[in-house]
Amino acid sequence: MSRDWPLWEVFVRAKGGMSHRHVGSVHAPDAEIALRHARDTYTRRMEGVSLWVVPSASIVASDPGDDAAMFDPAQDKIYRHPTFYDIPDDVTHI
Amino acid sequence: MATVATDSLLFETLLRLGDDSLILGQRLGEWCGHAPSVEVDLSLANMGLDLIGQATLFLNAAGAAEAQGRDGDALAFHRDVLDFRNCWLVEQPNGDFAQTMARQFLFSTWQEMLFGHLEGSADETVAAIAAKAVKEVRYHAELSAEWVIRLGDGTEESRRRMEEGLDWNWRFVPELFEMDALATEAAARGIGADVGLFREDYDRRIRAVLAEASLDAPKDQRPILGGRRGHHSEHLGHVLAVMQFLPRTYPDAVW
Repeated sequence: MSRDWPLWEVFVRAKGGMSHRHVGSVHAPDAEIALRHARDTYTRRMEGVSLWVVPSASIVASDPGDDAAMFDPAQDKIYRHPTFYDIPDDVTHI
Repeated sequence: MATVATDSLLFETLLRLGDDSLILGQRLGEWCGHAPSVEVDLSLANMGLDLIGQATLFLNAAGAAEAQGRDGDALAFHRDVLDFRNCWLVEQPNGDFAQTMARQFLFSTWQEMLFGHLEGSADETVAAIAAKAVKEVRYHAELSAEWVIRLGDGTEESRRRMEEGLDWNWRFVPELFEMDALATEAAARGIGADVGLFREDYDRRIRAVLAEASLDAPKDQRPILGGRRGHHSEHLGHVLAVMQFLPRTYPDAVW
């Protein structure tokens, strides 16, 4: 049965103010059931306060064959890292 | 040690509530590893565990009301068929997935309304358990309604299976609304619910979902009553045999 169902990517927001994070995927016949499957599969241990599901077919992915052109040029640009700032101890999630 | 008198009306009321949740939870547990997909397997197990959790709370409270030294485990695992007070609907066999969902839809819709009323129970424990459980059961009612709609309004085969599932379970609905002497007394004391108060709401909600599923309500059949007095179908004994075998065979077993 599940082989006939489309795949949905699942995103969970752990708590208010945080962004949704990809946690995995579920099979489901439609969006409403996908949300319920995501709830039952990925939030049964208090993992989240909000859920997104997105049809996996709607994800546009980069081509692994283009890795060199896409990602290598960033490797030697350390000046793009904000490592020269002092971050106060009580600022979290950075 | 202070002697606490048995509150038999509260005890019986809690047994009915606890046994409904216990037996349906055990039934749903039978699906573990057998559902059509891993996601559905988890859905069914989650619902089953919600129900077992409710049963633990209700039956522990029943043991306290009885005040004879029995706790929830003693009541769950060391009573025989005739002492169980669950309704017939929850002990019905799982059948196929459609039959399981039909049963869940008919029961959870009722249980959600029941717990909504019991939140105002004069007994604090009943009120507190109902307030916690009503949120779980609302989800069960929604999920099972979604499946009734999808299977009813799905393929020719899914529709046939849902019709058969509803047909099987339909005759056990009137028992949910039976007000016998004990239920009437419990409602009068304010600890139990007068289920007659939400019969029309229930029928309306069931029919609205069936309409969305483009299903006709099954024909009313001769209602089957008696679970609340210990008269059960042959199915309950088999449920109990599996559920009770371990603690009866190994009385000292612990987790």
